[in-house]
Amino acid sequence: MFSDPTVLSISQLAESLKKRQISSEDLVNSFLERIERINPEVNAYITIDRAGAIKAAQDADNRLDAKQGGPLTGVPIGVKDLFCTKEVRTTCGSRMLHNFIPPYESTVTSRLKAAGAVMLGKTNMDEFAMGSSNETSFFGVVKNPWDLTRIPGGSSGGSAAAVSAGLGVAAIGTDTGGSIRQPAALTGITGIKPTYGRVSRFGMVAFASSLDQAGPMTKTAEDAALLLQAMAGHDPKDATSIDSPVPDYMASLNDGLKGRKIGVPEEYFATGLSTDVASVIEEAKKQFQDLGAELVPVSLPTTKQAIPTYYVLAPAEASSNLARYDGIRFGYRCENPQDIKDLFTRSRAEGFGSEVKRRIMLGTYVLSSGYYDAYYLKAQKVRRMIADDFKAAFTKVDLLLTPTTPDTAFKLGAKTDDPVQMYLSDIFTINVNLAGLPAISIPCGFSRDNLPIGLQLIGRPLDESGILSAAHAYQQATEWHTRKPVL
Amino acid sequence: MSITADTVKHVANLARLDIPADEVEGYVEQLSQILGLMDQLNSLPTDGVEPMSHAVEMLMPAREDVVVNSDARDLLLACAPDTEDGHFRVPKIIE
Amino acid sequence: MPIDPHYETVIGLEVHSQLRTKSKIFCGCPNIFGAEANTQICPVCAGFPGVLPVMNREMVNMAIKTGLAINGTINNFSVFSRKNYFYPDSPTGYQISQYDLPIVEHGELFINPEGQSKKRVGVTRIHMEVDAGKSLHEGIVGASWVDLNRVGTPLLEIVSEPDMRSSEEAGAYLKKLRAILRFLEVCDGNMEEGSFRCDANVSVRHYGAEEFGTRTELKNLNSIRNVMRAIDYEVERQIDIIENGDTVVQETRLWDANNNSSRSMRSKEDAHDYRYFPEPDLPPLTIEQSHIDDIRARLPELPDDMAKRFQDEMGLSEYDAGVLTASKEMASYFEIANQVVTVAGKKNAKATANWVTVELLGRLNKNGLEIEESPVSATNMGKLVALIQSGDISGKIAKQVFGFMFDDGGDPEQIVKEKGLKQVTDSSAINSEVDQVLAAHPEQVEQYRGGKTQILGFLVGKVMQATRGKANPAMVNSLLKDKLG
Ligand SMILES: [Mg+2]
Ligand SMILES: [Zn+2]
Repeated sequence: MFSDPTVLSISQLAESLKKRQISSEDLVNSFLERIERINPEVNAYITIDRAGAIKAAQDADNRLDAKQGGPLTGVPIGVKDLFCTKEVRTTCGSRMLHNFIPPYESTVTSRLKAAGAVMLGKTNMDEFAMGSSNETSFFGVVKNPWDLTRIPGGSSGGSAAAVSAGLGVAAIGTDTGGSIRQPAALTGITGIKPTYGRVSRFGMVAFASSLDQAGPMTKTAEDAALLLQAMAGHDPKDATSIDSPVPDYMASLNDGLKGRKIGVPEEYFATGLSTDVASVIEEAKKQFQDLGAELVPVSLPTTKQAIPTYYVLAPAEASSNLARYDGIRFGYRCENPQDIKDLFTRSRAEGFGSEVKRRIMLGTYVLSSGYYDAYYLKAQKVRRMIADDFKAAFTKVDLLLTPTTPDTAFKLGAKTDDPVQMYLSDIFTINVNLAGLPAISIPCGFSRDNLPIGLQLIGRPLDESGILSAAHAYQQATEWHTRKPVL
Repeated sequence: MSITADTVKHVANLARLDIPADEVEGYVEQLSQILGLMDQLNSLPTDGVEPMSHAVEMLMPAREDVVVNSDARDLLLACAPDTEDGHFRVPKIIE
Repeated sequence: MPIDPHYETVIGLEVHSQLRTKSKIFCGCPNIFGAEANTQICPVCAGFPGVLPVMNREMVNMAIKTGLAINGTINNFSVFSRKNYFYPDSPTGYQISQYDLPIVEHGELFINPEGQSKKRVGVTRIHMEVDAGKSLHEGIVGASWVDLNRVGTPLLEIVSEPDMRSSEEAGAYLKKLRAILRFLEVCDGNMEEGSFRCDANVSVRHYGAEEFGTRTELKNLNSIRNVMRAIDYEVERQIDIIENGDTVVQETRLWDANNNSSRSMRSKEDAHDYRYFPEPDLPPLTIEQSHIDDIRARLPELPDDMAKRFQDEMGLSEYDAGVLTASKEMASYFEIANQVVTVAGKKNAKATANWVTVELLGRLNKNGLEIEESPVSATNMGKLVALIQSGDISGKIAKQVFGFMFDDGGDPEQIVKEKGLKQVTDSSAINSEVDQVLAAHPEQVEQYRGGKTQILGFLVGKVMQATRGKANPAMVNSLLKDKLG
């Protein structure tokens, strides 16, 4: 009945699946076909699990036939390749794990599967989620579906590109310093990073444990609400997972913007914002006002400190998290190790790419004797100040509105030799991770050269409902999120 | 604080990364640049600020002392690059 | 071992004790010893990608118990850190441990080194951490094997102050600490199996010096005897170095029990920089005061308290009380035996203590047996003492009965009955034996009557001989005196 079901959102598909106007198996086949055609260009997937997807679709169809399906039953999605998936290779975009087939499943994917979602495959990503452009993957760069000469953002660039290019109804990403929101903004889709601890990290390959958080990447805020509903909730296997009930996100989705106070932090609009982004965000602000929100100027004075703080703390945690990749129990091992130290140093040097090694070196340095206080401890204190800034702002407003990125997607290779410039592209998203807050990026316009621009809404801890309903209200009134790249 | 070739070699040793001699200078340069960015933090007074190590303030949950896992040796060993007789195999370790 | 009297030895001990939880510290794998290699592992303890640690509640309770037992401060807020280092048997590349804020601080315990008075040794801290796996080398050609079964075993690291001044004190400290852990039932204290491991920090200084000398750390000490021998060896070695005008190098040394010597373990090039930082996967541990109080209220009786009770209520000497509370097994052996004596209405704790510490321990030591391996059960020991107290057998016969019991086991009442060893207290029976002896030894009778009263002992002996020891010696004595006198 549809000419192309791959353009539909979850909520649109769920109805047709439920009414049996389309089968999940047909849907999966449509996506697999499209992936076969388009993925070689975009490189959004590392692994396609054809057999697994068809099997899961058939199971979903059986459940739907028996009227036992939920809103995600039979919906085909992509999963970032750092969620451990039982019997499906999980590479984390690295040579180190190029052959790793986990004998266990992440909590996120097992919950999604239990809700009936069908995993098409594992999406490409910056190696170990370290990158903002998806150029550090061992499995090749991911290209932005809006302009194949540009980056899709990172590190969940494969998931973003997959959703944007119609290679999955939705995808799952992770966000340590903006890795869901930044690529979502640069590829014109919706992406939410929940409150730290809202979604279990069990089975998610760790980058920076105190910052990592998984979230959905979707066509609409409504789809994000549907997926998050299935993903969120306490997990006894993750000691940092929050033990409080998950609200019904769909129930509050239409709460609207009337009377809500939205803070606009001045520091996000200071120098550095491209003129296209600045003007598009200005328009969006008006739209929010038109929808009944009150815009309130606020200040987050420590905003500028976020990048250095993050690039001390995240690499420090990463240097330790990545110590387990030693060539003994899983993953890459060098040829003919001479002794145990040679096994360690060569397996790691050959198994990790240059950005990962750079961050391991950095993290090792800031934790090492003599530098801990000057870098690591200092950064932990600044982190507290950043979090306190947000706390103060949220005594005055319900939400914060900012651009997601200072600029649109840059050209492939433009910043690969300049790590500092690369790091600065996360300037608007990193603070949120440091403070552990929920935030969403939604499409809010396009640049003059037709590249998507994203708007970020930041909420109070555990107020995913608030940012989802605000995003939904905006999407009900605008069409930016419905635009699709031509491929 | 300036990074030297010796710093890079020391850190590489701690991190168990084999850095070829001709790559050391590159690391010196890049790490210096990044640390330059970080030195910006020094301008911010942080006296009396409590360090923050977790994103969310919470108490440690604990589990009951019960055995829930059964023998998974073969599944786990199947992931390893080299095994022998139920063990992970590595080059001879000499203390 | 005689030590140069110009030098003072300074010893601090770090003990790692494995806790007897059912499951491991951070995962649901069984916490057992001796299973086939790598059969007790899961993705969490084997350090696989993406998995996370979750704390075992019982481990925390055991740590609190131990802290309370050594009079320590239980910190209501403590933090786990990562200690980063690469080693094949440490699968995550870091050890989850406690660093700045351990669960217990400022404890103490009291030692009773043989022949010395009670001494206090400070316990700096107790922290919780995870054990590593094992690398196997012997008999494997061209490789080593890694067995991760032990990874994740809960450990308490118990760090003493440098308060000990001799290997004997170090030995006494370890015995007392082990006894406490066993009384608490948190650790089985088996040094050979590695569930109770000790590293010793040793230095020497001239008597009267304020500063400590450079210390070395001794490892691979798998028995209390080895700890003491290694310390003595190290003290001699350090004194020799100083006497030769050289300086002691701070290093880790590995004890070789076979060769009675030690060797330097790690080269300086690999000096460790553990890069401790707070474990991001575990929120801080907070413990309610009420929970601590609850555990305190349910603490079992500990060796020092028990020893005090033995002295106060049973009138035992400090020494006997110390020996009898040296281990949980010893104490319970004594208490059972004493109970039997008491129930038999022959309450005499001193006699029981004497039989246990002298006769029983003497025989056990001679045979290299532990109290729990004693062929004489505590109940039978008690029955034997009761038989003596009731006058059913003499002390001399009792030793004979004890010999049978030790060699072949058995109930002393049964043995006495079967072998007809019951003391003869029937005065007419003894009377006739006395008459016979007097008749048979007229010369001695003459001598006695002539004033050589010490001959009485000879005559008593003859009567005892004639009754094969069964006659009540006191009765024999008085009958003889009557008839002679
Ligand atoms: Mg330790
Ligand atoms: Zn385990």
